[in-house]
Amino acid sequence: MTAPTATTELKPPALSQGWLGWIRENLFAGPFNTLLTILTVWLLLATVPAFIDWALLKAVWSAPTASVCREAAGGACWAFVYEKHRLILFGLYPFEEHWRPMLVVVIFLAMIGLSCLRRFWTVWLALYWIVALTAVGILMWGGVLGLTYVENEKWGGLPLTLILSVFGIAFAFPLSILLALGRRSNMPAIKALCVIYIELIRGVPLISLLFMASVMLPLFLPTGVNFDKLLRAQIAIILFAAAYLAEVVRGGLQALPKGQYEAADALGLAYWQKTGLIILPQALKLVIPPLVNTFIGIFKDTSLVVIIGLFDLLNSLKASLVDPAWPGFSAEGYIAVSLIYFALCYFMSKYSQALEARLATGHKR
Amino acid sequence: MKEIRIAAMVAAALAVSAPAFAGATLDAVKQRGFVTCGVSTGVAGFSNPDSAGKWTGIDVDNCRAIAAALFGDAEKVKLVPTTAQQRFTALQSGEVDVLTRNTTQTLQRDTALGFNAAGVNFYDGQGFMVPKKLGVKSAKELAGATVCVQPGTTTELNLADYFRANRMEFKPVVIEKLDEVIAAFFSGRCDVFTTDASQLASVRATRTQNPDDYVILPELISKEPLGPVVRHGDDQWFDVVKWSLIAMIEAEELGITSKNVDEMAKSTNPNIQRFLGVTPGMGKALGVDEKWAYNIVKQVGNYGESFERNLGRSTPIKLERGKNALWTNGGLMYALPIR
Repeated sequence: MTAPTATTELKPPALSQGWLGWIRENLFAGPFNTLLTILTVWLLLATVPAFIDWALLKAVWSAPTASVCREAAGGACWAFVYEKHRLILFGLYPFEEHWRPMLVVVIFLAMIGLSCLRRFWTVWLALYWIVALTAVGILMWGGVLGLTYVENEKWGGLPLTLILSVFGIAFAFPLSILLALGRRSNMPAIKALCVIYIELIRGVPLISLLFMASVMLPLFLPTGVNFDKLLRAQIAIILFAAAYLAEVVRGGLQALPKGQYEAADALGLAYWQKTGLIILPQALKLVIPPLVNTFIGIFKDTSLVVIIGLFDLLNSLKASLVDPAWPGFSAEGYIAVSLIYFALCYFMSKYSQALEARLATGHKR
Repeated sequence: MKEIRIAAMVAAALAVSAPAFAGATLDAVKQRGFVTCGVSTGVAGFSNPDSAGKWTGIDVDNCRAIAAALFGDAEKVKLVPTTAQQRFTALQSGEVDVLTRNTTQTLQRDTALGFNAAGVNFYDGQGFMVPKKLGVKSAKELAGATVCVQPGTTTELNLADYFRANRMEFKPVVIEKLDEVIAAFFSGRCDVFTTDASQLASVRATRTQNPDDYVILPELISKEPLGPVVRHGDDQWFDVVKWSLIAMIEAEELGITSKNVDEMAKSTNPNIQRFLGVTPGMGKALGVDEKWAYNIVKQVGNYGESFERNLGRSTPIKLERGKNALWTNGGLMYALPIR
């Protein structure tokens, strides 16, 4: 060994590198881990191919009648969903006028998309919403501009679900901020009122509120004074959602360091300036995950209006399942509707993650 | 909160027992120009929306008949879907004028809830469904069978009574949820499924891959008379509802259908002449147009037509007339004389 030789690089064992290494590290790290992996793979193999076989390979996509569909198919009969898609999507809305709720859905989705973009976050956005909601009202009710009048008992399907949840969230959110501020107020009367409201509403299930609104309330009103079933349900949803959101917002208010409040006071800001400029922007940013969590919850809770006979997306599916001409396709129907619910919820969840990332200012631990 | 609820319920009970409605229903309906009927949110053959969202079913026909009698136009109806819990409030509060919603008529509902039953448009009763391959023809052959049933309903008690009365053994499989009890039956966990016969028929029509594999046995072991219900307080309105249904049944008795009603109007039979308003008087007595029954039959059809169209052998529900046949054919449908 006279001349120093270059040291040969010893590679790590092949099994701990590359994809083999990854598999070993993550899937077969120990006996328990190995067992779980085997179980999971077995479970996937047992269900996924069978499901794909049923849902895609052996499925029938169009058929004139139920029996044809059933005989031709060894799997899912998506022809049912096609046959019933208008009833499922638009409920009992007059058949010839389905373009109107269709347009309403487009308006809603467009407005929701627009509101998600930060460069539209100006005073104008509120104005756009007012215009959009007016258009929604005109389209759904009609009675003007040559549109035939459609009373709101006939509204249904996806537009109804969107109306209930968008209005529910849009009105509940500001209300919840007031409630949360009220609950932290120093004024005893306001504080007591807010606490009582939140605890009362949170103490009962939504279904009982809806039930009160639709079954008990009409009995107290004089005959003939019959304010609208949809409005009653909408108000119940708003009141309910506000109570839950209020506690989420209060969580954000409490998580804010005391220094922020004191700094705002030191600057000589009045209460509403302090709250609007310093406290709320930070507090709300902190609670984006639970807020969106509650939004998603409210969106899905709107399907509870089924018990008061409103035909939201889920209930119009149920109504389409009882048609004796197309019997026994509940799996297909529920899968189709759950895809719609999933798409909207997944969008909300993804957007909230993006929003968190964009608003991050390094406060995260 | 509990106190508030109790107080609310007491108040509600008081509000219910007071007859707060004074003959205003018929006027209100006439002024409004259409009849508001409470229907179900979807019971196959009774009231269910089709693919285009248009309601069909014998309860819907019942409602249309009322509109035809009152306005001469069966389309002047508004159908309000109601759930089982909410239907009575809807009627009490005036949200609907009449419930045409497969509702069983009982003394309690007639009195305590403040309703009047305006006739029966379907005689239902608890029945049994079995797979065809068992080869059972009568409920009397069900000794030792395993029976799927929902708990806490009169259905369960009726079942026990029936088997005890016939000195037969049975094994109940008690499952709370309707969907699950149906699934249990079709997966073969029990030999027999028991509930109201109309529901058996609709379950068979809508939940099975092949409805012909199952039979509904002829015996009915309880009484569930379903029919239109109005609230107390407007007897004239009650009359219109009651006689609209009777007219449908009477038309079948007289052999008048939607197809031959124009020929029948030329008949010399005095009954038919009175019925169709050729000889006036009936409409005036009821406070409607003389052509009221003609309009019902022409636009909605007679009871038999409505039954066949919605529940009968040509539909997927494939219900026999059974107890709902005319009294002349051994059923219970008996029209009071229109004279």
